Amino acid sequence: MSNTPPTPDELPHKHYLNATYGSGIRSWLLTTDHKRIALLYLASVTVFFFIGGVFATMIRIHLLTPRGALVTPETYNKLFTMHGVAMIFFFLIPSIPAVFGNFLIPLMIGAKDLAFPKINLLSWYIYLIGGCFVLYSFGTGGLDTGWTFYTPLSSVYSNSAVTPAVIGIFINGFSSILTGLNFIVTIHTMRAPGMTWFRLPLFVWAHYATSLVMILGTPVVAITLLLAGLERMFHLGFFNPALGGDPILFQHLFWFYSHPAVYIMILPSMGVVSEIIPTFARKPIFGYSFIAGSSIAIAVIGFLVWAHHMFVTGESAYAALTFSFLSYLVAIPSAVKVFNWTSTLYKGSISWDPPMIYALGFIGLFVIGGLTGLFLACLGLDIHIHDTYFVVAHFHYIMVGGAVMGYVGGLHFWWPKITGRLYPRSLSRFAAIILFIGFNLTFFPQFILGYLGMPRRYHTYPPEFQVLNVLSTAGASILALGYLLPMSYLIWSMRYGKVAGPNPWPATGLEWKTDSPPLTENFEVTPEVTWEPYDFKSRPDLGLETGAPLPAPAHGDD
Amino acid sequence: MHRTGELYGQFETLEQQKESATLGMWIFLVTEILFFGGIFLTYAVNRHLYFTAFGVGGNMLDLRLGTINTVVLIASSFTMAMSVWSAQTSQKKWLPIFLVLTLVLGFVFLGIKYVEYKQKFDHHLIPGHAFDLTYRMNHPAPGDDPKELASERKEIEEALATEDPGNPQGGLVALNSHAQLYFSLYFGMTGLHALHMVVGAGLLIWVIKGSLKGRFSASYNTPIEVVGLYWHFIDIVWIYLFALLYLINRHLG
Repeated sequence: MSNTPPTPDELPHKHYLNATYGSGIRSWLLTTDHKRIALLYLASVTVFFFIGGVFATMIRIHLLTPRGALVTPETYNKLFTMHGVAMIFFFLIPSIPAVFGNFLIPLMIGAKDLAFPKINLLSWYIYLIGGCFVLYSFGTGGLDTGWTFYTPLSSVYSNSAVTPAVIGIFINGFSSILTGLNFIVTIHTMRAPGMTWFRLPLFVWAHYATSLVMILGTPVVAITLLLAGLERMFHLGFFNPALGGDPILFQHLFWFYSHPAVYIMILPSMGVVSEIIPTFARKPIFGYSFIAGSSIAIAVIGFLVWAHHMFVTGESAYAALTFSFLSYLVAIPSAVKVFNWTSTLYKGSISWDPPMIYALGFIGLFVIGGLTGLFLACLGLDIHIHDTYFVVAHFHYIMVGGAVMGYVGGLHFWWPKITGRLYPRSLSRFAAIILFIGFNLTFFPQFILGYLGMPRRYHTYPPEFQVLNVLSTAGASILALGYLLPMSYLIWSMRYGKVAGPNPWPATGLEWKTDSPPLTENFEVTPEVTWEPYDFKSRPDLGLETGAPLPAPAHGDD
Repeated sequence: MHRTGELYGQFETLEQQKESATLGMWIFLVTEILFFGGIFLTYAVNRHLYFTAFGVGGNMLDLRLGTINTVVLIASSFTMAMSVWSAQTSQKKWLPIFLVLTLVLGFVFLGIKYVEYKQKFDHHLIPGHAFDLTYRMNHPAPGDDPKELASERKEIEEALATEDPGNPQGGLVALNSHAQLYFSLYFGMTGLHALHMVVGAGLLIWVIKGSLKGRFSASYNTPIEVVGLYWHFIDIVWIYLFALLYLINRHLG
């Protein structure tokens, strides 16, 4: 404790949270400050996370018994659909970019705000309006088509509230597009003097790649859902075989976005991990340019693999071969990142702080999820495990074990910067372990279930699968605790947490040179960057003297 | 962030602001390409599958009005380019004139589009219960050109022969079904385009107001340039629509 960075007694006098221009609530709802908008998003995505979580809870309770004890088959279809829609479109896709990207990108590049602050606020309102349409759909009969909206079920035969949901997701897409646009322009034109492309934090590279996917992919799902919605509303025939339409065309159009969408969900999380690992290994990241390049590679190759979701639709053997091969290819840049993170840890001085535990958990769980993706990309094997719980386990390992762990880890890493407060170290490490255990208990049995043949999206299952299902549900209750604990102590810390100071870890990014919480305009004077990223050895401006031992991270337990 | 003069607070210089605004508009136009691209792909797939019905449907579009609209939009792109030039050379008198001309031409386009849509409605070519490809053929209006009607009849009969040979009833059902796909895409694509034109009209009104206040000059004309980019893009989309919807398989005379 003796060589931790000094923490001040109180928060800075003036910062973005207590700056008021006009009355209280209006200054929040009409703000153009990227940091406040990030917090508005934080609140909104948390609400949708809860909603998705409620549906997940009901699914797991229903699946405790083979016949299904909780709901009717029709309602079960609605549960898994609404769980998917809420989580994917309203939590996973916005989460890290809209919360951490918004908050941190201007700080990390030395700018006062994003390029288009008003468009940033508009993005949030568009998100809310889209969310309202979807919640209206949930409340007026729900949605039972699966989050994938396959036609003609969604466009002709479903009796659920498809139209408002499709409108809501269409609107929400523009929130994504405008955020991506904002990030790309900001990163191109608003870097501080000396902040060259290869001095950018890898978090910024990750968000640049994510934004490329957002702006190129989202418009395609927008037009696809528009066509499906028009088909439903006006009885047109684009995707309805009875009228000469083609349901497979819908699938191609849908997956052309929805596969890159999964890279929107994982790339930002990888960016978070790239920031956490060097900080808590007290070592520069290994292979900076390879990690930066692999983000772009994932974004590009990710657009070329969509039909691996359609191996069993009757696509030609040549198409299947091509998409299988490309799906194996897209795993390579991800593997490059994992090797580089691991090499960063090698001979590092590891400190087991909560962000580090989440980042390490990410690496392990992402590797499992990613490798099982290769199982699915293998044509012969996919015939056996397509549409089973194997797929469900695979994507939950990546989206929950990967993306959500990155999100929670990022929350723990940047919480002191956002709020100026530290949180209890022991409790938060305990919560991280609980989350890891709960997660594995929930989803590992599902790999086995899927391999043994339990189909997904079914409200019943053969009795011999009950033990594994019960284990999965038990795990889900522990996982829930793993989420509730951070929510509690982080909120607690906002009032009672120890004051953090500008750089409690300490870390080397430009954001750690500002106050915690930062001023509204971020920097009093535009910084001039003369250092390389993740350079722990020669940053006297951060108090990291050449040759001197690095201080241990500050923590909130006292 | 607050504004001092034309410079927004998040930017260091007007040049950085201009660079950001134009890059932003270019990226937005790329997203629009992807957006229209989805429906163009759907059109391409369906044209390939149902080339007969699409040929018949295409010939039912009014080539005269479509050509006039194309000329109108190209002219409006010219007046838009002249607006940008006026702003860049600080011609504060000409700038609002060219902008208003562009707006007027845009309204002419939309007006002609309305006339076309009304024609389709009258000929029972709106997809739905009342859709009937043979309506005009069977219920000629007084002002219709008999040569045009005759060639339409011939075309439909040829199409019926190929859609489902030996089964005129089934053939008509299939032809109507596939022709509805054509007209769904016609209204979808041109409707989406018209919606974008309306947005463009709104943007023009915004910069016309600014230009009347003398806001734009050689030192600051970014909004004009950015609106110009958008307007030119809408024009280019129309050129593709015109070629794909009106001109393919066109039988003249």
